[in-house]
Amino acid sequence: MNLFRELTKKPWLTDQDLGANLQVGGLFFLPAATVALRVFLGIASVIFTLLIIAYADRMGHAYWRPLPEPGLLWVNTALLVLSSIALQWARTSARQGRLNEVKYGLYAGGGLSVAFLVGQLMAWHQLAGMGYLAATNAANAFFYLLTALHGMHIFGGLVAWWRSAARVWRGAEIVDLRLGVELCAVYWHYLLLVWLVLFTLLSFT
Amino acid sequence: MAHVAPTSSQDVPPAELADVELYHAKSFITKWVFCQDAKVIAIQYSVTAILIGLVALVLSWVMRLQLGFPDSFSFIDPNDYYQYVTMHGMIMVIYLLTALFLGGFGNYLIPLMVGARDMVFPYLNMLSYWIYLLAVLVLAASFFVPGGASGAGWTLYPPQSILAGTPGYEWGIILMLVSLCLFIIGFTMGGLNYVVTVLQARARGMTLMRLPLTVWGIFTATILALLAFPALLVGCVMTLLDRIIGTSFFMPDMVHMGEQLDYSGGSPLLFQHLFWFFGHPEVYIVALPAFGIVSDVISTHARKSIFGYRMMVWAIVAIGGLSFVVWAHHMYVSGMNPYFGFFFATTTLIIAVPTALKLYNWVLTLWKGNINLTVPMLFCLAFIITFLNGGITGLFLGNVSVDIPLSETKFVVAHFHMVMGVAPIFVVFGAIYHWYPKMSGRMLNEPLGQFHFWVTFLGAYLIYFPMHYLGFVGVPRRYFEIGETSFVPPSAATLNEFITIMVLIVGFAQIVFIFNMVWSLFKGKEAGDNPWRATTLEWQTATTPPGHGNWGETPPVVYRWAYAYSEPDAAEDFTPQNMPPSEVRTSGGGDAKT
Repeated sequence: MNLFRELTKKPWLTDQDLGANLQVGGLFFLPAATVALRVFLGIASVIFTLLIIAYADRMGHAYWRPLPEPGLLWVNTALLVLSSIALQWARTSARQGRLNEVKYGLYAGGGLSVAFLVGQLMAWHQLAGMGYLAATNAANAFFYLLTALHGMHIFGGLVAWWRSAARVWRGAEIVDLRLGVELCAVYWHYLLLVWLVLFTLLSFT
Repeated sequence: MAHVAPTSSQDVPPAELADVELYHAKSFITKWVFCQDAKVIAIQYSVTAILIGLVALVLSWVMRLQLGFPDSFSFIDPNDYYQYVTMHGMIMVIYLLTALFLGGFGNYLIPLMVGARDMVFPYLNMLSYWIYLLAVLVLAASFFVPGGASGAGWTLYPPQSILAGTPGYEWGIILMLVSLCLFIIGFTMGGLNYVVTVLQARARGMTLMRLPLTVWGIFTATILALLAFPALLVGCVMTLLDRIIGTSFFMPDMVHMGEQLDYSGGSPLLFQHLFWFFGHPEVYIVALPAFGIVSDVISTHARKSIFGYRMMVWAIVAIGGLSFVVWAHHMYVSGMNPYFGFFFATTTLIIAVPTALKLYNWVLTLWKGNINLTVPMLFCLAFIITFLNGGITGLFLGNVSVDIPLSETKFVVAHFHMVMGVAPIFVVFGAIYHWYPKMSGRMLNEPLGQFHFWVTFLGAYLIYFPMHYLGFVGVPRRYFEIGETSFVPPSAATLNEFITIMVLIVGFAQIVFIFNMVWSLFKGKEAGDNPWRATTLEWQTATTPPGHGNWGETPPVVYRWAYAYSEPDAAEDFTPQNMPPSEVRTSGGGDAKT
């Protein structure tokens, strides 16, 4: 639909009625859940963008003491990349009607994401052990805050993932799984992208 | 305007779309408590918002008693006063106005006005209300914790808000921040519903440009809220971490009460930017639904189509966009770069253009209309002039050089209340008088409504016009007690007494309003399906109040825009949106069926 053309219509003119009367369905030819996910990704982007701007504002300050990012973060990044690939595999398989692959892709994606979260907690533990506590310096506080918020988004995704995984477990038809798997994959790709931006920011500043 | 005689060939058969699967409650609990029907959720939102709003109203009475008659009430000490100021402001702006316009009217009107059976995600919608209720309870609990509620001022600026010496710094501020986070999470769930329902669940024939302006207002305000609340969320989370685990996001190095604190390197200004990046769009989160509702109410009660519908839609969208680039006009006194102030003064003046356009269009809608001075109409007319008044003083304050001397005075309080308090609450009242018959099946009592209107309207002006004057003579805001000063004339004290008395009288009128709502629920005149002879879909339901699923067997099909009033060819002075062209009796006879 051409949004501009839609918004320039003159609804008070009855000669425009014929076409308008036939209007059926939504603005986008997409399921409501897909539109909702896209809106939600917009909201999440605002949160992360504001934090990145705040981070950029503070990092130029004289008090800023960057902390050494643990090497474990590279392993965690790899886990998240693999998780995203697994979910993409499940998504493609769902489109092609291959139920077994959907199952393996979905389980692997969830398992790798849990491993990512455990890895992030271990990285926190390492840093805390080295004395880099959140209250010590603004750089530390931002590190913990950004990773925590990203982790909470992954955790929220796992709740949605759980619903799809449970449906697979109960032996649902592939047609009933397609949308859930599709949305999980898109969400994970988005969170991978956010993590790559955050990781780059945290590593090089 | 072109008029084409309607023909039966324009009739469209009922929707061919598969009907959406509707949730059906199976027990009393799921039907009336944990209910997923948007109409019930709307009433739950509205009742909760009004109840907590009444608490905020009482707080304002106590504040005014102190200001009007200082040293007379021993039960109000400075700590109490600041706590009341803070809670009054936060409750009114967020927990009453935002919740009522979006959670209340949004939930009730969006599905009905767009011709949907319900919101697209009913379970999420229900969750949204219960999280909102939890947020309200957490906030209200802060009155009862050690140290009481936060007294930091409704803007919650750190460092002051989280340091010893500020009332409620122990627990009150923590509960306030947690409550705000909960509110935002709950609102996001509801907001996703409002946006996706408008985009994806409209009835057949309901194009975007046939949507009533109420829906446009609520829809755009929801998008604003979804994009602006994250800034408040981020600010609240960071302040919470500063307060609880001692991080220094907003806390600079400081000596407090002779003691060097552990905080280091934070930026209080960063909080102000985050707060106002939310705070200014918040003005329009409240104002845009009000704009939409006023447009629909005056069009209906003046029996005339809205003037400049397209411009009204574009103005709503333009105001929504511009509202994100004016936030720092709340921070002129923070010591900003003059060029920065110049930029924000300019954008502030620019936003007046689409707003003025709406005002002209309302006046032109009324021009030569068949104006019925019903209670909803009176409240909406009162909104128009009040928003104009508040908007004009906003132009004063939008200029840096005028704002700086006025910023710390009562002038700001008066401006803010006119534009953000009184004006939107007039629309809330107007909307309740307008849609109460659909929600309850009964009319509100007219004489009580007229009493409520005239006392509230005249009273509000008798409160806030003198307050502007107090600001001009230099009476500062935020003070518990002014005492004797060289620059404030003694007459200011008399004026303060007068304002307090007016506040109490206006407060009494609100009790009459609450009584009217309860009394009319049982004794009010039967409303019928469409007492205002309105065109929009919510008035065309098979039953009043509308049943579960809204439309009975067949969802509506829409044939025209929402403002077909007093059309020359139609026999009635209104043509409902869903009336097939073949049923519209024309003066020429046409092919009318009825």
